Order: sequence, then structure tokens, then C-alpha cells
Amino acid sequence: MSGVRVLVGTRKGAFLLEADGARADWEVEGPLFPGWEIYHLAGSPVDPDRLYASQSSSWFGQLVQRSDDGGRSWRPVGNQFSYEGVPGTHQWYDGTPHPWEFARVWHLEPSLDDPDTAYAGVEDAALFRTVDGGQSWQELPGLRGHGSGSSWQPGAGGMCLHSIVLDPSDASRLYVAISAAGVFRTSDGGETWTAANRGLRSGEIPAAEAEVGHCVHGLAMHPTRPGVLFMQKHWDVMRSDDAGDSWYEVSGNLPSDFGFAIDVHAHEPETVYVVPITSDSHHFPPDGRLRVYRSRTGGGDWEPCTEGLPQQHCYVNVLRDAMAVDALDECGVYFGTTGGQVYASRDSGDHWTAIVRDLPAVLSVEVQTLL
Amino acid sequence: MVLPAQLRALARLESAAVVAVDPPVTPLAVLDAIERTWPVLAGTIRDPVTHRRRPFVRYFACGLDLSHEPADVPLPGPVAAGSEPFVVIGAMAGG
Repeated sequence: MSGVRVLVGTRKGAFLLEADGARADWEVEGPLFPGWEIYHLAGSPVDPDRLYASQSSSWFGQLVQRSDDGGRSWRPVGNQFSYEGVPGTHQWYDGTPHPWEFARVWHLEPSLDDPDTAYAGVEDAALFRTVDGGQSWQELPGLRGHGSGSSWQPGAGGMCLHSIVLDPSDASRLYVAISAAGVFRTSDGGETWTAANRGLRSGEIPAAEAEVGHCVHGLAMHPTRPGVLFMQKHWDVMRSDDAGDSWYEVSGNLPSDFGFAIDVHAHEPETVYVVPITSDSHHFPPDGRLRVYRSRTGGGDWEPCTEGLPQQHCYVNVLRDAMAVDALDECGVYFGTTGGQVYASRDSGDHWTAIVRDLPAVLSVEVQTLL
Repeated sequence: MVLPAQLRALARLESAAVVAVDPPVTPLAVLDAIERTWPVLAGTIRDPVTHRRRPFVRYFACGLDLSHEPADVPLPGPVAAGSEPFVVIGAMAGG
């Protein structure tokens, strides 16, 4: 019997939601790690029982938890994230040099073929990797060593590496996104990196089309078409058809092209989902209406998906890691809000229902399709 | 040592953490012993690399705020003798 497990990270703990393939009745477990911020949980694509969780606190720092039984039990693994060599400096908010300082793990991305290998995107922005199931983490220093590193500066949420996309057709190729530096790509397993921001235009910075300095909010790729990438930028929804060499805007008829979350349908590489947010100061949906926008044309032409979502007086946000899809025959789409709801659609976005509500603010949503 | 509830839960402690420390009994020595005994606490009270006290953590003992004292200064005699606790708390936050 197939099923789905939804991994929800919140401001005050983690929750696991499980349902069978019908996705009608959900069991909610949690809070796990109550009181701690769970920025992200992720499961191994090759071993669904292997889960990783980023557990952090402004008081007590960073831990990484690992489960080998699908979340029934957890144990802390390594939590040392030491920058390689002399960390150097990046730009601070006032333009002065600021030393690289580890703050937290924003995103965990397990390898596509080895449950003991996973990547961690951290603040201050850097990429770490474990090859021993999280016991130890080593930086891939070539990223921070990219010639532009000293000019990176934090966004309002900190200078975080928040998105990691692995190319399923080429294990040596991956993409990361950093706020507010942009997208970087490696084709040699993380040794060297190239800025991949051509075509991005950010009117908020002095050089609108600079090589780096763009506040990318999220990246998405369909596994069967790794050369095509979608991006939710601070403003603008973007698309690349050449593996990040260049980008063009596909915001089209969206009511706002500001937002955080973006994802691609599990079976339709041209079907993309975003949740428009009013603006960078108004972190809530336009007109108080929570709408997922779906494009079946790879961007440009968008339709609102509203059935079952609140269409008045709704002022929640949907954060960058808080949307995911399942891979059942009829693709399920899921997202969590800062109001503590997790909404699910089991018909590709046509109809929505809250599968849990009143959680702490949701930071991340990931989905495992259990076969 | 008295730990905040979050750290007691992490270390699965139901009450104070008790460690034996050879003199001189300093915050550094106590924290080293705590982290050896409960490795899960490494990095939670002090930075795992620099060993600096985390900014939102405070050290108290015998009615004194020792948060800003050097970590290698001996703790008060009653703490070393085990009759008074070395207290670690998370800084209060509200609003």
C-alpha cells in the first residue's frame, strides 16, 4: 500500500503527518523536539526510513538529528560546522567586512543514491557535506572561495544558503542559492563553482544585473529535465533552459511576482507552482486571499488554485522551503503557512484541504512518497 | 549543575547534572566534564569551536552572575564542594 509522509518543520518543533495513498485521513505526530526551531527535515530518496532534521535555537545553537526508522526514534549526530581554513569576511549590512560565523543549518539535502551522504546549507552561507550519516560535516570550501565571496551580504533573514538542488543525471552537478548572493553551480562535485545569475535583474541593488547580489528565494527542478530550472526570486519568477547559464522572467500574469516557495509537479515538468505574496514588506497574500498559482506552460501563463483555501482575511506567509509535492499517480501538492496550517491537494492543486492547522509557524514542508 | 529544561530533555536528565571535577573547579573544567559525560550537550552551552559562552546563556552560582567572568577562574567554594549548584540558564526573552 502506498502512502505519504509529510515532514513539517516549525518554529517550535517538528511534526510528521502520515496517510495512506488515498491521502484522506492523516495521523499527526509531534511536536518532536518541542521548543526548538526545526528549519528543515529531509528524507533519503533511497532509504525512506533515513531522516535528517536541523534543530536549532538562538539560545543553544545547532543540532542535527537523525532517524533510521522513519521518525519513530531519533538521535543527535554531529553538530560541528567549521569553516575550512581562515574563514575571511563577507559584507555586513552596513557594507563593512564581517567575519564568517556559523549560525544554523537552513536546509538539508540527502544524496540521491547514498543515505549516509547529505548536504547542509548553512548561515553564514556555506555548503557542508557528510558522508557518514551526519556524524561529521565537512565544508566544500570552493563555494565560499568563489571570487565574489567577500562581496556577499545578508538578506533580512541572514546570509543563508537555503536551496540545494541535485542533478539526478549528473552526480557532480549541483546548484545552490544564497540570500543575497544568488545561484551558484558546480560541475565537479563542489570543488569549483560558477555564479549562475545571468538574466536576473534586481532593481533594488546598484548594478541591477550584477554577477552576484541577487536575493534568490527558491529553486526547483523536475528530475527528468535537469537542464530546466525555475526560480522564485525576491521579485520575479524566473526560468532557465540551459542549466542556469541564463534566466528569463516567467512571472506573466501573477498578481504579485514576489514570493518564496516554488515547486514543480511530480509528473508534468511544465507544471509549476508558486504562492504569490504581496511584497517584501507585506509578507501576506494579495487581497488577503491565499492562492496557489499554477502554470501548465512552464511559467508565463498562471491560473489561481483557490478551492479550499481561505479567500478572505488571510494574512499568512508561505516560506521558501514550505512547499513540496508527492509522486503518487495523481500528484499531491503540499504547503505550510506561518499561521500553522499545512494544506494539501491530492489532485495537482485543483482542491485543497488543511491536513493540520494551528501548528507553530511552519518553516518547511517536505514529502516522502512511500511505496 | 542545573541545566535549562531544553538541555535536560536533550540529555535525558531528570534532575541536576552531577560531574566529578579535579581542582581547580572552573566553569571550563565543569563544562568539559559535562560535555564528556553527555556529548549531546557539546555546542549547546558554548560554541563548539571557540568554547565561548553562547550569547543568550548565563552562568550563575551562589547568587553571583558569573557569565562575564573568565572561564578559567575557580568557581565559589560551595560549588566546588558540591553543596551549591553551578546554574546555567537561557537568557529570558518575552514579548
